[in-house]
Amino acid sequence: MLRANKLSLQMGGTALLSDVSLQCDAGMVTSLMGPNGAGKTSLLRVLTNEYRSYQGLVELNGKPMGDWPRLERARTMAVLPQHSTLDFPFQVDEVVMLGRIPHDTGAVKDRQIVRSALEKVDAQYLSGRAYPQLSGGEKQRVQLARVLAQIWEPPEIGSTTGERVLLLDEPSASFDLAHQQLLREIVRDMADQGVTVVMVVHDFNLAVSVSDQVVVLCCGCVAEAGDPEQVLQSALIERVFGVPVEVMPHPSTGKPLIFS
Amino acid sequence: MIAANKLYLALVVCLPVVVLLGLSVGPVVIPLPEIAQIFGGWHSESGQSSQQKLILEVIRLPRVVLALLVGMLLASCGAVLQGLFRNPLADPTLIGVSAGASVGASAVIVLGTLWTVSGQFAGLPLVAVGAFLGALLAAAIVFRLATSERGTSVSTMLLAGIAISALAGAINQLFSFFADNDMLRRISLWQMGSMDNAGWLQVMICLATLVVLAIFLPRESRALNAMLLGESEARHLGVGVEWLKRRLIFFAAMGVGVSVAVAGTIAFVGLMVPHLVRLLIGPDHRHLIPASAVCGALLMVVADALARIVVAPAELPVGVVTALLGAPFFVMLLMQHKRA
Repeated sequence: MLRANKLSLQMGGTALLSDVSLQCDAGMVTSLMGPNGAGKTSLLRVLTNEYRSYQGLVELNGKPMGDWPRLERARTMAVLPQHSTLDFPFQVDEVVMLGRIPHDTGAVKDRQIVRSALEKVDAQYLSGRAYPQLSGGEKQRVQLARVLAQIWEPPEIGSTTGERVLLLDEPSASFDLAHQQLLREIVRDMADQGVTVVMVVHDFNLAVSVSDQVVVLCCGCVAEAGDPEQVLQSALIERVFGVPVEVMPHPSTGKPLIFS
Repeated sequence: MIAANKLYLALVVCLPVVVLLGLSVGPVVIPLPEIAQIFGGWHSESGQSSQQKLILEVIRLPRVVLALLVGMLLASCGAVLQGLFRNPLADPTLIGVSAGASVGASAVIVLGTLWTVSGQFAGLPLVAVGAFLGALLAAAIVFRLATSERGTSVSTMLLAGIAISALAGAINQLFSFFADNDMLRRISLWQMGSMDNAGWLQVMICLATLVVLAIFLPRESRALNAMLLGESEARHLGVGVEWLKRRLIFFAAMGVGVSVAVAGTIAFVGLMVPHLVRLLIGPDHRHLIPASAVCGALLMVVADALARIVVAPAELPVGVVTALLGAPFFVMLLMQHKRA
């Protein structure tokens, strides 16, 4: 569970976030949406403790973010950045293995997890390849495997850390159609395991199809939050994004489809 | 890429061979059987033999051991800083250490002569002490410049290192301007780097520094691996990034500072060796740092041996040898980079 209460963030005299509150529950997928510069990435950085000079409160599983010991937090919360620049010639497996740094589960188990995580993102065929030589989409999939490996196992019974949290910043940006579909399945599967998933997305249809909650940001404030089918109405999208859109039901699933 | 174990095996075989050759060659060649006899303690007491024993024990052994240790220090600190700067072509001198050391050494050479202070401090040549202090001071200034309340910026540090090195270069020239011919020669010889002053005290200082690095660096290896992903990624992996940077910069400044103090500025070892080792076994610091240390030792012992034989009976400063070997290598890397 990730909860933010009355967050405000200023940087260089500009208000990047003002009075943002949100709650992301365990087992739920929350999508952060909004136009460029609306504060999505800033919010993600505050939620992940990267920016620390904010006002307000961020809680991870009921405990203020700053009170978490580093390693315990890393075992509970994993973050996939928009893109990672890694120029050093690690092999794909080694990159995924980096996700196991906060754990001390031993090499045998870690290797098993690395293999499973690569399979999960459909990248087992990349095993043994040099990371810098992969394509953009392949790299992003390997990075996704890395963060999945970081929070692969559910917390032990009786542990006080609470459920795991996964934050993704535009995870599907460089994925082809098949892997966008795969991403949806992974996100849903993690949520079904009880993981709190928060992701920044631009694709309305992706947001509608996987999210339990959509938070639309505009100019550093929450413009609207709630059930995706209720939030993503044409009026709101036009107001926030300044683009007229049509909303129609999907012919087979009945979920709203958004066209510009 | 090869497995790290194979590289270790090759190094374990090569290092003793190279060390023995280093002990053997020079203006006076001591054949390997003689070396074995001297170390075994059953050499004959003839005049030539005891002269060889003297050369070996007083001059050559400390020198080869010092070259070995300096190579280890430079190469391991190079590996650490390349990881920290996330730049495979970073050089340990980038944080201003070498330039600062030059200023310290020149200051002692020029001012010491003017004020007729000379000699030693705790058994070390004053020049070495000055160089060490200069190195630490420069690194401290660079670190302060790059540190704000938001933490230490690695990219600012690179720029600050360039700025401080330029300033130190200017001060150095100022000292050279006021120096007489003898001082000038000493300054420029010092800057070329040499194992001339090798003694057991220098060996002990390097060894102590290396022991400290050997205790602490392995604990930082996994965190350094995470740093290669980026600072915020490392933070999300539970790495205490700010303190890690401080510790690593401190260790690197200490390692490079000590080696510059005892042997002058020796170019390219800290740049080339980790880069080469990374090409061979990959960037995992758990293997990269120790393997680089041993390769650095190999390279320095070979370079020092070359320095003694190419213009025998005179000898070249070892820094010139490493630069002559290193610069073309660096150009080769750049060309490869361009093609890739």
